[in-house]
Order: sequence, then C-alpha cells, then structure tokens
Amino acid sequence: MNAIVEYIKEVLGGVKSLLTGLSVTVKYFFSPGEIVTQEYPENRATLKMFDRFRGNVYMIHNEQNQHTCTGCGICEMNCPNGSIEVISKTIVVDDKKKKALDKHIYRMGMCTFCGLCVKSCPSKSLAFGQEFENSVYNRSDLTRILNKPNSTIAIKQ
Amino acid sequence: MTNTIANIDKEEDYFLNLGPQHPSTHGVLRLLVNLRGEVVKDLKPYCGYIHRGIEKMCERNTYPQIIHLTDRLDYLSAHQNNEAVCLLVEKALGVEVSDRVKYIRTIMSELSRIASHLLWWSAFGMDLGALTTFFYGLRDREHILDIFEETTGGRLLQSYNCPGGVMYDIHPNFQKRVKECLVHLKKKLPEYDKLLTGNVIFKNRAIGVGLLSKEDAISFGVTGPSGRGSGFSCDIRKLEPYSAYDKVQFDEIIRTECDSMARYKNRIDEFYQSMSIIEQLIDNIPDGDYQTKMKPIIKLPEGQYYQRVESSRGEFGVFVESRGEKNPYRIKFRSPNLANLSALDHMVRGQKIADLIAIMGSLDLVIPDIDR
Ligand code: SF4
Ligand code: SF4
Repeated sequence: MNAIVEYIKEVLGGVKSLLTGLSVTVKYFFSPGEIVTQEYPENRATLKMFDRFRGNVYMIHNEQNQHTCTGCGICEMNCPNGSIEVISKTIVVDDKKKKALDKHIYRMGMCTFCGLCVKSCPSKSLAFGQEFENSVYNRSDLTRILNKPNSTIAIKQ
Repeated sequence: MTNTIANIDKEEDYFLNLGPQHPSTHGVLRLLVNLRGEVVKDLKPYCGYIHRGIEKMCERNTYPQIIHLTDRLDYLSAHQNNEAVCLLVEKALGVEVSDRVKYIRTIMSELSRIASHLLWWSAFGMDLGALTTFFYGLRDREHILDIFEETTGGRLLQSYNCPGGVMYDIHPNFQKRVKECLVHLKKKLPEYDKLLTGNVIFKNRAIGVGLLSKEDAISFGVTGPSGRGSGFSCDIRKLEPYSAYDKVQFDEIIRTECDSMARYKNRIDEFYQSMSIIEQLIDNIPDGDYQTKMKPIIKLPEGQYYQRVESSRGEFGVFVESRGEKNPYRIKFRSPNLANLSALDHMVRGQKIADLIAIMGSLDLVIPDIDR
C-alpha cells in the first residue's frame, strides 16, 4: 500500500516540476515583447556596431586625401601574423631625400583583429572599421592597400 | 588502441566512434567508445583534430603578441587566459599595476565566468534534450557580450589585457551597463531553476550519475567547478589570490555529492558568487592609470616562471622558460580541460551510453583548449 502511495506521489511531483518549467515558456509565449531576436539582414540599415568594435583595419584619410603614415613599419613589426607589409619609397622634399609610404598592404585573411597595429602606431594613422560582413568570393579580395591612390602625407602643423 | 581491441571478448561488444563531428562533443573531439550492448566498457579520447600548435607559435612571438593566441585556447575564458600571461610577465619583471587595472581585470574575469557558465547551462540542457535552455541562456549571455564589445571591441575574443594593464580604459557606459545586466540576471536566474534544476527528467539523469570520488578528482587533476563538485578545494582565487580577489568577500562553492548534479549546482551557485564579487567592485573602481608604462620591447630575465589563474573551467597555468630574449624559449599551458577529459574514461565505465553525454556535458569541455 505504501509503495503505491509513494509511486503516486512521485508521479505527481514529476508532473508538477514539468508544469513549473512550462509556466516559464508559456509566459514568454504570451509576452512576445520580451523576445530578443533580431531580423538580420533586414535590419542592416539600423544595425550599428559599438565604437570600439574591431572590424577591418583601415587608414585614416582627411578630406584632402592625406594620411599621417610615415612608413616607419612599426605596425608591421608588431603584427603577430605578418598581415601587414609596409613598402616605403624615397621622395625628395626641399632637395632633401626623405622616406615615405609607398604601399601599406593589409591582408585581412591573416588578421586576427588583435589590435596591436592600431595601438602601436606612433602617428595614429590606423583605425578599426565597423565592417563585419567580410565574406568574399575570391581570396585575393581580402588583400587591400590601405593608403588611397594618390594620397599624400599630411604636413604636421 | 591495442589495449582497447584486446577488451573485445564477447560477441555483443562493439565500438562506436563518437565524433569528431558529433554535436554533443561541442567541438572536434573523437571518442572511441567500447560498448557491450548499451553499457560503456571503456572509452578512449583521440585528440588533435583542432591542434594548431599554439605553444610552438608562442615561441616565435613576443610577449604582447602571445596574448591574442591565448584567447584561442579556451575561448570562453579568453579573459582569464590573457590575464594569466599578463600576470606572469608582470611578476617576472616586478611591475606593479595600479589598483584600477586590478579591479577592471577582476570584474572582466567574473563577467567572463558568468558568460561561460551561461553558455554551459544552455548547452548542457540541450545535451539532455531541453532545447529551450539553449535560447534562454544565450539571450542572457548577449547582455554580457554587449558589455565586452563596448569596452574591449571583441565579443568572444577580447584580447583586452596587455602586459602592464589593459588595452583601453573602460567605456563610460561600462558601470551602468554592468549594473543593468546584474539586475537582469537576478530576475532571470530563478527561471533557470524552474526550467531545469527542478525538472524531474533532469534530476533523474543527473543525480547519482558520473561519480568521481575526491581521491580520483585529485589524482586526475580535475579542477574548477567539476573538481569542487567532488569536494576538492581547488579555487585559485582563494588559494593564491591574484588581481583584486584578496579585496572581495566570496565563498568557494564545494559539494561532496560527486555526481553530475553537484557539478551542475556548483556552477549555478558560482553565478551568484560572481555577481556578488562584481557588485562589491563595480562602484569602487579607483582612479589611476589603466596601463603602466612598459618598455616597447619586453624582455623577461632569464629563468623559469609559472603563473596560474582560475579560469571558468578550472586551473589555468602558464609556464615560461626565458633565455632573456624578447620571446619565450619554451612556453607550456596547463589547460583545465585536458585534465578534466582524462577523468572521463574513469567516470563513464559501467554507465549507459546516454549518460556518457550527460557526464561529458557536466564536465563542460572546450575542445580547442584540449588540443591547443
Ligand atoms: S601605419 Fe603607423 S606604424 Fe604603420 S608604418 Fe604607418 S606610421 Fe608606421
Ligand atoms: S589587428 Fe593584429 S593581426 Fe590584424 S593587422 Fe593589426 S596587428 Fe596584425
């Protein structure tokens, strides 16, 4: 007799525990306002990353197509993966030979977004972009030249 | 391998390859399970499917560059892993970081722990067939990831620590957001108990399953909430306080039931402990530098160094042998998951194959940390 009572108690206790769990799910079923799904990619226009989001690395240019990179190569040295290659050239300013940036090559496919290049640049030429959709059809599209065509170095005031 | 094959002695014995692409292993882990009918006779893990040679890669990198590689060990405790390397470098150089850095690091570590346990709770429920938990857990984890993203720029792999401090100062919104998040979590965590902890099916599958005695836990080196579920006091935050852990009050959660339920409840309790640690620190973050000035090229003096921290899954240790160069001569990580995995064979012998999944879930394995 006792065994039967125990058994029934156990079954009822089990059903009660399941109903307790169900009460949570039913609550959310009737209050869809608490649901937090996003309609991506429909919300692309309004989707904004945080300011510090580490997306693609890019070089800051001003309106006159000028950047501040001196071609020193510190970012290249600090990159753990060899994603950056700085090619410098020699220019003549006021009859004096000077080192300047020719090409700043950035291979996004090898980048781990660690932030060391942006942080270590002495002239604050690099920054992280907000891009997060980086899939391409061709791997070579991930190699970018960061200094824009015909850009020059900004003269420091 | 030969050992396992020799164990086949009856006609109903057979092998089952669980993984490397099985959803319940949460990664590319292959388990060769020797079964008699439904009962597990023994089990052999085959590692190496996600071996990237991180320790070898570290040898060619400088110390600041190593940090971002440690993110990729146990990606759910990225912050604690970063911290271990930074603490080691600071200890070797005798650099004292400001209190601000210590507070920020501790808060971030505890947030990581909560985020990691939330994901574990989600996935553990899913392993046992409760898909609902997965959505609810991830919903709440999202708040913490947003906090991380706002301050550090990364959601999962933060690379936020650097030798001598942290990469950026905390975001102006940081404190407000953390407090909001704690309020939110306090409201939602009781739901977890309603959904899973009291559930009769879950109870039957967790209580008394996957026993690991204290002696075995110690000899296998099972640490973290899993080890503490067997009564093994192994919380590095208590034993060797680092960062700001000596300034806060918290309990080391220890249970002696030794089963899956004890490991489960340990993690649920750690939510509350972590939240209380954050609450004690969040309003009193002292002013100061977020970074101590370090030399541009960091060279550790010759010698051997070891530093351990409590990651979300147990004791994480870094061993460095330096020859005075700017990169380590040899580096070795003591990862909690490899030790936890080693106990799995012992725990599942004689259990049913379905319980193997439950026991593995209760150990909370992260595979990239095992293979490295
Ligand atoms: S981006 Fe900065 S660190 Fe890199 S070469 Fe230019 S100035 Fe030097
Ligand atoms: S973010 Fe890191 S990996 Fe990427 S280019 Fe900069 S230094 Fe290299």
